[in-house]
Amino acid sequence: MVSALSIKNLSKNYNGDPAVKDLSLQIEQGEIFGLLGPNGAGKSTTINMVAGVTRIQQGSIEIFGYDNRRDYRITRRLTGVMHQEIVIDHFFTIDRTLRIHSGYYGAPYDEAWRQLLIERLDLTPHLHKQMNKLSGGLKRRLMVAKALIHKPRLLILDEPTAGVDVELRHNLWHLVREINKAGTTVLLTTHYLEEAEQMCGRIAIMNQGELVALERTPDLLNRIYGRQLFLHFERPVDNLPEQLEAMGAKLSENGLQMVFTLPRDRSAGDALREVCRLDLPVREIETRKAGLEEVFLELTGLKNRQGRAL
Amino acid sequence: MIGEQPPREKADFIPWLPFLTLLLREILRFLRVSVQTVLTPIITASLYLFVFGATLGDRISVVEGFSYAQFVIPGLILMGVINNSFANTSSSLFMARYLGNIVDLLVTPITAPQFILAYTLAAMLRGLLVGVVVWVISMLFAPLPWIHPLLALLMACLSSFLFAQVGLLAAIFSDTFDELSMYSNFVILPLIYLGGVFYPISILPSEWEFLSRLNPLLYLIDGFRHAILGVGDTPLSTAFGIAGLIALGLFVGTTILVHLGYRLRS
Repeated sequence: MVSALSIKNLSKNYNGDPAVKDLSLQIEQGEIFGLLGPNGAGKSTTINMVAGVTRIQQGSIEIFGYDNRRDYRITRRLTGVMHQEIVIDHFFTIDRTLRIHSGYYGAPYDEAWRQLLIERLDLTPHLHKQMNKLSGGLKRRLMVAKALIHKPRLLILDEPTAGVDVELRHNLWHLVREINKAGTTVLLTTHYLEEAEQMCGRIAIMNQGELVALERTPDLLNRIYGRQLFLHFERPVDNLPEQLEAMGAKLSENGLQMVFTLPRDRSAGDALREVCRLDLPVREIETRKAGLEEVFLELTGLKNRQGRAL
Repeated sequence: MIGEQPPREKADFIPWLPFLTLLLREILRFLRVSVQTVLTPIITASLYLFVFGATLGDRISVVEGFSYAQFVIPGLILMGVINNSFANTSSSLFMARYLGNIVDLLVTPITAPQFILAYTLAAMLRGLLVGVVVWVISMLFAPLPWIHPLLALLMACLSSFLFAQVGLLAAIFSDTFDELSMYSNFVILPLIYLGGVFYPISILPSEWEFLSRLNPLLYLIDGFRHAILGVGDTPLSTAFGIAGLIALGLFVGTTILVHLGYRLRS
């Protein structure tokens, strides 16, 4: 089966500064694929090259087997894009905007589909309002509807939940899952790493224009850290026993907590046996798996750059 | 439920629908702000008509057999057509670039010629609408003989088409409102005023007449007037030939720029 999106050796410079460097990746049909990275990593530039907003300098992009430059009239019909910045046509209402947007793609008018999107995105009470009367959340919902109005087979969402409330985020991800189940491939970028962790089957991480990771989400999570074992004590432990220190344990919370960072191939049993033998006053045991945030920080090098925002 | 919808096959495609939709969008856009885009130019042109028609119209004559009002009205009609065709494409495309919603078009399957023709036809509709209303109002001041009505209409369409292309180019090359206004204030306006709207170039000293003949607008205004009054400074074939060549050249140039995404795609 042909890939939904195939990017080969893609590069782009802005005034000599590389924004994307020799990027290659494939997204298979039916996937929800996450593209992550810090600000300036090259995610939006990549997405804009896929969508046709930014010119490709080097390399190629195929969407369902069609070259997105040579066969742009096909690839753009197959693709729906929700841009990171809110872009709306101030002259028209939501109702008119959706009709116009459907026509831009040459799609036959489908009132049932339009109504479905309007209802699912809770736009019905706002259909005939002018754009300047809409809140930021409503504008985001309209942008989702615009991206979907022509029934794309590849949906690209660039930071779809930036600045939207919890309920809308929940509804939006629910809708994306449904659309994905109905056969649409989804490529998304988000700064909410827990969302990417929950939504995406595979994740690519970009940093400074380069691909630094591309794996199944669980594999990515297991890639660097195994897990951490937390022991909470009933009373403070003053000194860290040498045997435990040798096993990588550290004391924290003024001696009320001990943390073991366990490599993937190491059992927690060894540490627990030693703790029992020393008769430490354990009140509670907790294990935590590494989250995407830790993996992300490690791979992008941000962990060593204190204070830098994601 | 979305999953209960019929299977979504590769959507059918109506090749001319993107063009028709953009055309409709452009027409609706200028109609939504019709006070600014239609009414104001009509009032401006009416003031010109009043000044040159009611006050000077019968008192002077610059072309034998016609009053000054009859001479100046074709120029004022075409001035309205030209100004509004230019303003429609330049302001619409520039605003789309400035506000960022041009990306809504850049991601669609619309082709460069469709893109340009949709913007152009909407601009022509606005320009010709203003021109027709100015002509109707002008009947209060002086009747026109309309010697070659179809040629006059053709020249109005050609002029409108040409200045719609100029408007698109101005929008593509401008990054600020200041730069955009420079095109209308320092290029279009002087060319119109020095292009024979208010006087025939035959009354100018020979060196000024020579310079005026380098102004492409002369051929549009004189050709239009020639078709209406039956007399002009330039043969109709020359006027149409020059206007047609410039319009074609600008259309080809604009099409290439839009196709390449010059200053539209990053």
